[in-house]
This record gives sequence, structure tokens and C-alpha cells, in this order.
Amino acid sequence: MSASSIPLLEIRALKVEFPSRRGVLVAAQDVNLTLEGGEILGVVGESGAGKSTIANAVMGLIEPPGRMADGQILLRGERIDALPKERMRRIRGRRIGMIFQDPLTSLDPLQTVEQQLVETMLTHLDISEREAKARAVELLEQVGIPDPEHRVKNYPHQFSGGMRQRVVIALAICCEPEVLLADEPTTALDVSIQAQILDLLRRLVRERGMGMIIITHDMGVIAEITDRVAVMYRSRVVEEGPTEKILTNPDHPYSRSLIAAVPPPDRRIDRFPLVEYIEKAGTQKKALDLSTHWLGQARDFGDSGGPLLEIENLTMRFLVRPSLIPSRRKWMTAVDNVSLEIREGEVFGLVGESGSGKSTVARLICGIYTPHAGHIRFAGEELTAMRLRREINRLRRQMQMIFQDPYSSLNPRMKVRDIVAEPIRFHRLAESGAEVRHIVDDLLEHVGLGTAAALRYPHEFSGGQRQRISIARALATRPRFLICDEPTSALDVSIQAQILNLLKDLQEELGLTMLFISHDLPVIRQMCDRVGVMRHGKLLEVAETEALFTRPQHPYTKHLLDLMPRMRHEA
Amino acid sequence: MTDAAKPSTPKTALGRFLDSDLWWSFTHSPVVMLAALVTVVMILSAVFAPWVAPHDPFDLASLDLMDSLKPPAWMEGGDPRYWLGTDDQGRDIFSTILYGARISLLVGFLSVILAMLIGVTVGLIAGYFGGLTDAVLMRIADIQLTFPAILIALLVDGVMRGILPPGAHEQVALFVLVLAIALSHWVQYARTVRSSAMVERNREYVQAAQVIGLPAPLILVRHILPNVMGPVLVIATIQLALAIIIEATLSFLGVGVPPTSPSLGTLIRIGNDYLFSGEWWITVFPGLALIILVLAVNLLGDWLRDALNPKLR
Repeated sequence: MSASSIPLLEIRALKVEFPSRRGVLVAAQDVNLTLEGGEILGVVGESGAGKSTIANAVMGLIEPPGRMADGQILLRGERIDALPKERMRRIRGRRIGMIFQDPLTSLDPLQTVEQQLVETMLTHLDISEREAKARAVELLEQVGIPDPEHRVKNYPHQFSGGMRQRVVIALAICCEPEVLLADEPTTALDVSIQAQILDLLRRLVRERGMGMIIITHDMGVIAEITDRVAVMYRSRVVEEGPTEKILTNPDHPYSRSLIAAVPPPDRRIDRFPLVEYIEKAGTQKKALDLSTHWLGQARDFGDSGGPLLEIENLTMRFLVRPSLIPSRRKWMTAVDNVSLEIREGEVFGLVGESGSGKSTVARLICGIYTPHAGHIRFAGEELTAMRLRREINRLRRQMQMIFQDPYSSLNPRMKVRDIVAEPIRFHRLAESGAEVRHIVDDLLEHVGLGTAAALRYPHEFSGGQRQRISIARALATRPRFLICDEPTSALDVSIQAQILNLLKDLQEELGLTMLFISHDLPVIRQMCDRVGVMRHGKLLEVAETEALFTRPQHPYTKHLLDLMPRMRHEA
Repeated sequence: MTDAAKPSTPKTALGRFLDSDLWWSFTHSPVVMLAALVTVVMILSAVFAPWVAPHDPFDLASLDLMDSLKPPAWMEGGDPRYWLGTDDQGRDIFSTILYGARISLLVGFLSVILAMLIGVTVGLIAGYFGGLTDAVLMRIADIQLTFPAILIALLVDGVMRGILPPGAHEQVALFVLVLAIALSHWVQYARTVRSSAMVERNREYVQAAQVIGLPAPLILVRHILPNVMGPVLVIATIQLALAIIIEATLSFLGVGVPPTSPSLGTLIRIGNDYLFSGEWWITVFPGLALIILVLAVNLLGDWLRDALNPKLR
């Protein structure tokens, strides 16, 4: 970039504020960024860092009462931040296109794709309706939608998630914008579709000489597609530079800790480096002596010698179309004839894309769903044959689950103490109220929260802290088997590292057996001893983790491994 | 984000309430504060009617037919003892309004509580268990909805009159009224709670409770119920106003509480007979009291609905 030329898009000293009755919240400050044509700039940071605020400011779409308090935004040297609404509206869509995270909500469900494309083009471009229709077909072809002549007449719900995002992209580029803003464009998509969408975006930018800003929390996406990266932390850009440099040799300590927290896909590490910079959770723990500690008491598990959990020909169907007449009912098979064994003390991983049935397997094991066919044996006892509530509860106590969404897995109306104490009280694992309180405090201490947390409500905690509360609750029944269903996929990468460390420690300390479910292959590689790959409800392959990653047998496994976003800049 | 914008959370329950958005929106809306003041004053003066009212309209010994049909105190021929005048039996209108509001509010509160109990229970069960249970319960609710409230009330009243010996009806009239109003109002609670319960059922905290092994009734009461009560309270407030109106309507039509213990509706009906012979105060003042009470409660309910709905904030 030569000093004399005018950059395509320039953001100068941007400051965005959200005044509220509790004071002014500064969402972005001192943000200076430039973008050239044909270039892809990544903005990376954790949730709440102010990434999306930048995109909204450029589009002139900051939600009131938020406002741009300071700074300038220039498109080809011309200020656009202070334009009247009507002129800004013409720039939006015409000169700046935007791609949102959720393709379903960014399309109008009542209009066909053609109507939406044509309407946008007629608004902004000086062309006839016939030309616009022809161009709509052309655009769908360019974004890689097969059979565009017919598909253009379809409604958004008739497209799959990936195809829908392609439609959104077609809509964003239909007026040949100079700048494209993409806010987490692949976060809602599966890995295989993510790779295709990123390819498409890169191709479009290169072919048309557009400038693109891509906002993401995912280092894999950054490595895959961007030329330059800006790292945001607490409303400021802390570092900016070429992607390769940021990924391999970042200057700012925050960038360093962020990169370090990304699970490496190509090797197994013992522990994640501690990221002290982000969340000040107590990380030093006392070693506990299981022979005297509460968690070690009554481990009346009776070693059966065999595998801890055996699943045989498990099948589960969901009713998709209910009807009084059995023959007219429609079923969707979520889990199809799955058999597997989990040995005492191991961490078994289940990996697959969304809808593959891995979460359903977990819910079948712990009894939230009842299977249609098949057997589940836990410690040699047939769970599926049990009828007595007392019997079932005795075994239920030994298996607990940690859920994906930390924001919905804790009852918002209960104090943390009551949340963690509930299983202890219900299973009568303590003698007195005082003992329950003591155990709860101890558990909270042990998951790194501190006893002060007991008297507060869940909403006072961040996502990572809530996940620690979830873990404490799961431990409160003294389980021997722990199911973790995507325990970190809703968390930022640095928090993910802490939670994974905690789970690893607990697993070793308490000798837990774990079923670890994730769509994230690098995470699976760090956590699991053996891995099963699921697709469309079927278990395709089971192997030792290292063997699976180095010598995958099933073609689908190979396909998944190929798509894994790699830090290609890494040495 | 920035630390400055994060307030420290008060520790006590009262402190948390005074810090909440609900209290904030309350103190920033004069109309709502006025409505709350009116409601509280009316409820208190109704509850403490025996101490507040200048006369006891049901003490037959103190009634004097010489005092009947006196106009309000400020009018010609008015008696300063009877501020709002008297009715045909010489009862003080102001006192009868206080006693009448007592009956009206009692019927209102009792019927709302009963409707809430039925509706919330049905809604929780239908929403949580789904399937056939849900289908059956909701069809019953649909059938219930096809009958207007007045019709149900007349029906219950008629049946009760038939079952009970003639003398007994007066004593239970109040509870017949409560039952009638509750029966016609539980559906709205059931519908609302059902849809909230269906959402909550799929939340992970409910699944966590299932994994712990808690039986369904415990999950319903301890986990789901507290999380669906917000909208229920809003409906209850608005329904309170509605129940008072229906009670007044029924009493006006003569199927409500007996004239010996008149509610606001009964008073309006009694006064109605004198409206065209010039004694307007007998019906107008109870009517005004009814309008003010219902309006105030309704305003509170509307505000509560808006304040608790994050979409409108």
C-alpha cells in the first residue's frame, strides 16, 4: 500500500458507546483499520470484544441508544459515517454488502430467492426487471448453487444451511459492492460446509477485487482465508498485522495467549498453557486424597472387570409426523443400530457433524430418552431392562452429564448453592444440612470458583464460570461416568482451554470414565483415548485416537480430517 | 466489556429489588405509580372497612328510614353525616362502597387464585408431558373457551341453586361466584403456562434435573414452575380487573351475591332503580368506585406486562 493512494475503506479513531442507565458502555474505541481492494482483513477476538460493533458502525446500523461517539469512516476517501439516512441506505447493499451469521434469519422466508435478489438489484441498480432476473440466475451459479434456473424460484426454507448461506452471499454481492462485511459467516455451519463457503468467499474477493472484512472468533477461519488480522480485546485493537506474523509470532501478550489456547490439530499436548490474561479463575488447586475426601467415599462400584458401558444395537427414532393411524406416522431415525464399548477409566470421544446423532446417544445413555431398540449395560447391569425407580436411581447416580449451553443448563431462579446441593440432597449423600453446605463449598473450590460463588445466582457468572458450576453439579453425585456433550463449543477459545484442563485434571484425579462428545476434531484429539465417528445416526468407525488421526480407515473420517481448518502458516 | 459499566450487585433481596429494571421502570412512570397508589388505598380501605367506614351499613339497629335517599352532603338537603348520600334504606353510600369493594375484591382475588391453580397445573402437565396428555387437556380447554364467561357463571349458579336447599344458597353464593369466574378464566393460564413449559422442558437445566434422577412432579414444581411464573403474574393482574367486572356484571344481573351483603355490582343494580327518579348518587358513586378500581388494576397489569417483556424494552 503506497502512502499516497486512498484506501478502499478506512476507519479512523472509531469509538462506539452504548449509554444505559448504569453508565456508558464503550463497545469500541481507538479503532483504526484500513482495507484495500482484493484484500481480506480478519477481525478476531472473543465474545464482547467489540468485533461486530465495527461492522455495524461501517454499515451505519448501530442500534440506538448506541452511537458513534468519535471517529470517521471513509469509503474511498469519502466520509460515510455522517451521511443522511437516505444516502447511507443507498450505500448499504450497493457499495457495501453484508453477510450475517445465521443464514435463516437474514433471508425473508415469505419471498423466493429470485424475488429477494431482483428486489435488491432494482433498488440499487439501473437495470430492467428482465435483466435482474437473468442476473439472479447468474449469481446463483457463481456462488455454486446447482441447477440455478429452477432453484431461483425456491423459498429459503427449501435450501440446506450451506446453500442458504450461498444465497445470502449472492444477495450481498448482487450489486457488485466494493466492500464485503462478513460477520461470523461460517459459525452456524458444519466443517465441511465451512470449507466450501470460505473457498467461495476467497474466490469472489480475488476475482472481483472487492475488499472484505471477516469477523470471527475462530482462529482456523483466520488462518484459512485472511491476509491481515486485527486482534481485538476489550473494545480495542491490540495488534494488527499480516496473518502469518500474528499466527506465528504475535507481539501482544493477549494475542500470544489467544493463539496458545487454540488446540493444535496435529499433535497431542499434555495441558493447555494457562491463559491468565483473560479470566481470573483460581487455577491452583489442592491435591485431594481420595481415601479421606468426600468425593472418594462410598465408591461402591464393584469392579465387574468388563467394560463399564456397553451399548448394543441401539436405535432411536423421533416422530416427525404424528398421526392416529400408525401407517401414516413419519419417523426420523436419529440413532441407527449403534454398538460400542467404553472401558473403565478411559475417555471415549464421539465426533460428527450436527444431526449425526451423537447427542442423542448421550441422552439415551443417561435416560433422558428411551430407546426403541437395543441394550445399554452399565457396569454389567442392564439399564434398559430396569423398571424400579430405586434401582434406576442407584445407577443414575453413577453417571452425570455436562451440557453444551452454559446459559440454559443452570436454573436461573436457583442459587448456585442450591443447584449444586440438589443432587446431594436428592440422593441423600450427606447426613446434615451443614455437611451439604460444606461439600458444596468444597466442590466449588475444587472446580476453581471459590466458596463465595455459592450465594450468587447463575446470571452473575460468565459462560466459563457457569460451565464450572455445571461440572461441580455433575460431581456432586460422586459419579464414576461423566458424559460431556460439547462442553466447550459455546465458549471462547481461552476459556475452552481452561475448562478442558479442568476436565482432564478431574478425570485423572477421580479416575473418571468419560464420554466426550464434540464436533471439533482438535479438541477430541486433545481429550480422548479412543474415538468413534458418527454420521446420519450410524457409527462408522472406532479407533484409538492417534490411529484415527494418522491412519483413518473410513472415507468419511478421511474427509473430515481433510476439512479440519489447519494453521497453515504454522511451521 | 468496560468495567465502569458493571455495577456491583447488591447482596440482600431488597437491595436487588431496588436495583432491578422493574423497580426502575416503576419509579419512572407517574401514571403507574398513581395507579399503584389508588389500588393500594382502595384495597386497604376495603380490607379495613369496619374501622374506616363512618357507618356500619349492615347494622340494622343503626339504620333509620328517616335518613333514606339523602343526597350527597354538598347538595341541598344533604346531611353532613352522609358524605355521599344514602340509599333507599338509609344506608350511607360511602360506607356501602367500602364494604361492597371488600366483597368485590374478595371475589376477584379468590377467583383469580383458583383459576391460577387450575390453569397453571393443567398447563404444566400438558406442556411437560406433551403427546396424548397434552392433546386431551388442550381440547378440554378449547371446549371451555367456546362458552362465554357469563354463560358459565349463569350455568354454575343455576346448577347450585338447583342442588342446594333454598336457604343455603345465600351463604355459598360468594363461592359459587368464585367458582364460576375461575372456571371461565383458567384456560388463559393453562395456554400460557403450557407454551412456556414446552420451551423450558427442552432447556438443559431440566435435562440436568432428569439426569440427577428427580421425579417429574419435583422437576415441575421446583424447576419449571418458578421459570414460568412471570407471565402468569401479569395475566393474574389483568384478570383481577376482569374478575371484578364479571362479578359486578353477575351481581347486577341478580345472580351474584345477595343484597344483604352487597358488592359494588349489587349496589349499582339497586341504585339503577332510582336513577330515573333523580337519586343518581346511589348508582353513580359505586359505579365510579368500580371504574377507578378496575382502571387502576388494569394499568398496573399493562405496565407489568410491558416491563417484564424484554422485547418492548
